[in-house]
Amino acid sequence: MEKPQLLSRLARLWDPLFKGTTAVLAYLVLALLVAICVALLHEGSQAFRTFGWHFLVSKAWDPANNRFGALIPIYGTLISSLIAIVIAVPVSFGIALFITELAPRWLRQPVSAAIELLAAIPSIIFGMWGLFTFAPWFSNYEPWISDHLGSIPGIGALFRGPPFGIGMMTAGIILAIMIIPFIASIMREVFLLTPPMLRESAYGVGATTWEVVRNVVLPYTRTAVAGGIFLGLGRALGETMAVTFVIGNAHSVSASLLNPGYSIAAALANEFTEAFSPLYKSSLIALGFILFIITFVILVLAKLLLLRLERAQGEST
Amino acid sequence: MSQSLQLKGRLPAGKLAMVAGVAALAFGLATAHADEITGAGSTWVYPLVVKWAAAYQQKTGIQVNYQGIGSGGGIAQIDAGTVAFGASDMPLTPKYLHKHGLIQFPTAIAGEDLVMNIPGIRPGEMILSGPVVAKIYLHEITKWNDPRIQALNPGLKLPNLDIAVVHRSDGSGTTFTFTNYLSKVSPQWKHKIGANTVVAWPTGLGGKGNQGVAAYVQRIRGAIGYVEYAYILENHMTYARMYNREHRLVSPSLAGFQAAASHVDFTKAHDFYVILTDQPGPTTWPISGCTWQILRTNAPKASNEKVVKFFRWGFEHGQSMARSIAFGPLPPPTVNAIKAYWKKNLGI
Repeated sequence: MEKPQLLSRLARLWDPLFKGTTAVLAYLVLALLVAICVALLHEGSQAFRTFGWHFLVSKAWDPANNRFGALIPIYGTLISSLIAIVIAVPVSFGIALFITELAPRWLRQPVSAAIELLAAIPSIIFGMWGLFTFAPWFSNYEPWISDHLGSIPGIGALFRGPPFGIGMMTAGIILAIMIIPFIASIMREVFLLTPPMLRESAYGVGATTWEVVRNVVLPYTRTAVAGGIFLGLGRALGETMAVTFVIGNAHSVSASLLNPGYSIAAALANEFTEAFSPLYKSSLIALGFILFIITFVILVLAKLLLLRLERAQGEST
Repeated sequence: MSQSLQLKGRLPAGKLAMVAGVAALAFGLATAHADEITGAGSTWVYPLVVKWAAAYQQKTGIQVNYQGIGSGGGIAQIDAGTVAFGASDMPLTPKYLHKHGLIQFPTAIAGEDLVMNIPGIRPGEMILSGPVVAKIYLHEITKWNDPRIQALNPGLKLPNLDIAVVHRSDGSGTTFTFTNYLSKVSPQWKHKIGANTVVAWPTGLGGKGNQGVAAYVQRIRGAIGYVEYAYILENHMTYARMYNREHRLVSPSLAGFQAAASHVDFTKAHDFYVILTDQPGPTTWPISGCTWQILRTNAPKASNEKVVKFFRWGFEHGQSMARSIAFGPLPPPTVNAIKAYWKKNLGI
């Protein structure tokens, strides 16, 4: 008589306990995020107080004289990630399209598996490959780029520079290779989610493969595709080791993408252990805070874009 | 809802206590070893400390655990008191040492040289002078066939090739020695850039560590960089000969580094604060340097005693070991001065 009652009371207790535990774990993530943000801001506050807004727009980086500015690493982070996205998106799109629409069935699984394996390679391997193999090879072609693209009025300045094989362009290309697996596998998965009925109907009325992808698959999956691209961008922004190897680690601005530059993550990796003055350390942590904010803003923008796309999709169907 | 809120308040505290417990346990394990000395700092002195440590452990059973995290890191770690000794290739000023309750003593002498990657040029063929190197690093000389380089090398056919300047991207004692030398030979360098473990480079690519600079120079055509002599030997790199202060042409060598040290009286300098760049003497290598160990005066005496015993053993028994990996031993009067310095500051 007593036993079932006890059990049921335990069961009643069990549910809220479970709910509470999972809630705590979820809130813990939020708390951690806020804590990281506050800690970065607190530790970096000396730099912000010393330099004010100039910290964001100053090109100076002179530890010997305690003058610091974040412009060059911010610029390098954004530009190298931009190059990566410009290269990675069309390539990933092609890969996903080939696997889902064009490849013979027996080839699909091995190619998909290979792409996922690419995502599992540690970033330092990409960095070493970039420095030891890709950069020397690429430097042979940089004079050609310099001669042919460098003479185009307007954008020519982007491609003029000495052929070192190391710089912003190399960093962007290596980053592109690193984020392709992420973007391509998400694209592949969502392309497969397109209802076969829609696709088959389009083929049925005589649409070509390109027309099917353009007018049926892409509109159906665009939110997820955009999500995948932003995931790749997020990875590119924060990538550290591979970029450190090939970006050139130079605190200098140059119009040319062939010249060495710097990224926030690379600056942190290189200089953090050796930051000897409090202001130096504070400036590096302030850089970390800025990277945090950049990533955050991009994720928020992505979320807003996705919401808008979803709404537009809701209206059109 | 209220129940879950209550739980939320309670659980993290329990979690924290658990984390703290685990951390304390791990920390306890790390510091419990009585037969261990921990040190951190200069990557350059790393091979020497490790070599000495292996032999010392065989003899005494005491383990020396040294991490090459860079000179700046070594100074920060000993400042924070997390290691028993820090190592730096840049000497700290007596004022700084006094303010932070630290002492320092030299360990070994070494040098660095410029290395390059120019098709057709073999090790030792290129001849450079301090002022020309400063102009290259100031981005005033940008091509290898610049008349100012050609004038130093009348016998060499230099190509019309862009110079890719390579420097360190991390804070480094090697950079301090190099920029200190440039400041001495070029007023313009002294005025615009100065000497430190990290400086605001006007041009160039940054490599991480001596290995990073060596890797860049070996892979980029037209590159020039500065690395420790040991790395030149190890990687068979194309090094330059230099004109020293007395305008004599010298090759980098242990004898050249020791010649530089012989013109400096370690025994007279306060806290051994000496700098070995651009010293006089016909055989002196111009970019010579030294490495220092840093101790806390207020550390537990037992800890300092262990460190001092290790380095005393190194000075007395490790000199041929040092020479075998291109580290110059300190002259006997300097070693005696160090022993007196220990007695005076640590009572050991």
